[in-house]
Amino acid sequence: MQEAQANLRPMMEAVDFSFTYPGASKPSLKRINLPVLENRITALIGPSGCGKSTLLRSMNRIHDLYPGCRYEGAINLRCENGEVKNILEWKKENDLIRLRQKVGMIFQKPTPFPMSIYDNIAYGLKLQGIRNRSELDERVEQALRDGALWNEVKDRLKDDARGLSGGQQQRLCIARSVALRPDVLLFDEPTSALDPISTVAIEEMIMELRGRYTICIVTHNMQQAARISDYTAFMYMGELVEYGETDQIFTNPREKQTEDYITGRFG
Amino acid sequence: MEKIFARLSWLSATTLLLVLLATLYVLYIQAKPAMDEFGWQFVLDPRWGVDVVVDEAGNAVDGGHEEASGADSGGVVRLDMGDDEDAIPMEDETATGQPELAEGDLDGEAIDEEIPMEDETATGQDELAGEAQTSSIKVVYGGLVPIVGTVLSTLIAMAFAVPLAMGIAVFLSEISVDWLKTPVGVAIELLAAIPSIIYGMWGLFFFGPMVAHIFGGSSVSLLVAGLVLGVMVIPFMAALSRDAINTTPNVLKESAYAVGATRFEVVKDIIFPYARTGILGSIIISLGRALGETMAVAFVIGGVYKLAEHITDPTISIPVALANNFAESSGLSLASLYYLAFILFVVSFVIIFTAKEFLLRRSKY
Repeated sequence: MQEAQANLRPMMEAVDFSFTYPGASKPSLKRINLPVLENRITALIGPSGCGKSTLLRSMNRIHDLYPGCRYEGAINLRCENGEVKNILEWKKENDLIRLRQKVGMIFQKPTPFPMSIYDNIAYGLKLQGIRNRSELDERVEQALRDGALWNEVKDRLKDDARGLSGGQQQRLCIARSVALRPDVLLFDEPTSALDPISTVAIEEMIMELRGRYTICIVTHNMQQAARISDYTAFMYMGELVEYGETDQIFTNPREKQTEDYITGRFG
Repeated sequence: MEKIFARLSWLSATTLLLVLLATLYVLYIQAKPAMDEFGWQFVLDPRWGVDVVVDEAGNAVDGGHEEASGADSGGVVRLDMGDDEDAIPMEDETATGQPELAEGDLDGEAIDEEIPMEDETATGQDELAGEAQTSSIKVVYGGLVPIVGTVLSTLIAMAFAVPLAMGIAVFLSEISVDWLKTPVGVAIELLAAIPSIIYGMWGLFFFGPMVAHIFGGSSVSLLVAGLVLGVMVIPFMAALSRDAINTTPNVLKESAYAVGATRFEVVKDIIFPYARTGILGSIIISLGRALGETMAVAFVIGGVYKLAEHITDPTISIPVALANNFAESSGLSLASLYYLAFILFVVSFVIIFTAKEFLLRRSKY
């Protein structure tokens, strides 16, 4: 494990990171130290309310939409030129928009925008300033192919995206984020609202993206974490209990709490 | 229990339908004499209560019959609804009996040259006289002026109200800080509950002069009526639109922010399309309210049977015509008023129906 980590640079890294919701007296996340390694899949597992989603949502500052959140510590993001920046220091709206284009996010429920399938994908691209029609077409097609959705929707790109099935909608949302060519993709329980077959499709899609994108996924489903992730972090009560290679976490956990959780004794 | 419940809902639905049909029936029966007399030309005829000399075949011989009785009231605006004998101060401008006033620049339309606009009250008297006389003089009623007045004042109201109401709704649901949302929201809802007559009084004594000061023209005019109507429907529209906007799921907005949208882009591309049905519904309901509004408009539109050539000219709308003239009408003039009411009914129905049909057709999701 040490060797593997040595070769891989962290794309994002939380350093002594604490987070407090507005009006809360105690922090919801306490001094988290977590690397998210480049081009690998990192899974966050833990019982409900342990702060996995909170951590994930901090990583592209979605919390900032609701005023009053307090961050402490640092979350470092490696930018294109190799420079490492603490995203918690970014204050301007423009910076946050650039951050969110670099760090894409997929939510628990499919969230197709109220527009056509084509526009759903093209929307983020247009916001990035791409106006060229043929380039847009190309990027949309590429994204839909990445999302394994092209064959299903190529004849109805102009239809309302809300007419797709739940699984298709979720793949559309992933394709929408992938189209922006982000550095990091954050998945917040992407399959918890889907049936088993759609879940498999999404998992395959995430596996496809591995190697090209840095992925961080929150999941309630431990089998899912074991199946798709390279590294796993177990969180409990706002603290990071254990982080390591997925095989090691699931077969030979160092902490008692981790073992209890993955063997189903609590959680 | 189940049966009673089903019966009750059937009953209420049927009652409402019956009332609707009965209203339409009564309007139709009452309007029948005017319909027979004027036919569909009523809608296009700008004359109201004008005496026309007819020959044996019933064709008009003379362009108009001089009538001076209405032109004496000077510049005082009176508001008593039961007595609008002199309530129309602008009338003397149009009386064709005074060509030397050289009103040609105002009365640019050919209609005004041929057909003198008469004071409405002259009608009542003339009609009685006309009935008593031989059939060589007949009184003509036409609905064009009130219909155009209604449509234009509603359009002005909507043009004014829709952007403002949307701004308020977006502010209340997206922009404003939390502690401000509730008090402002309650204030807007209270404004929506103010009786329209109060808006009318405010419009007459404060808003009308202000508008006249800025845009020129008189303090009772089509523009003032439209703006007062707009002010009246804004709280209504804003409250309903805000509720519609609030139904947008947070996660949808978050995912738009997550692809790098700004707040303005989220409102424009995500929230408005998502809440489209509710927002359009609020606009349509407000439109219906503006079409039928009587009191607020009666104060500020002027009540003159004359097409407004400028936006600052006084004119009249259908509900105002009904309210002003109903008490002292009888016979053909009463039937004509019923005809107007029937048209208002149909127009509102058609506008709301087509608005729903066209605007909400694609919102099946």
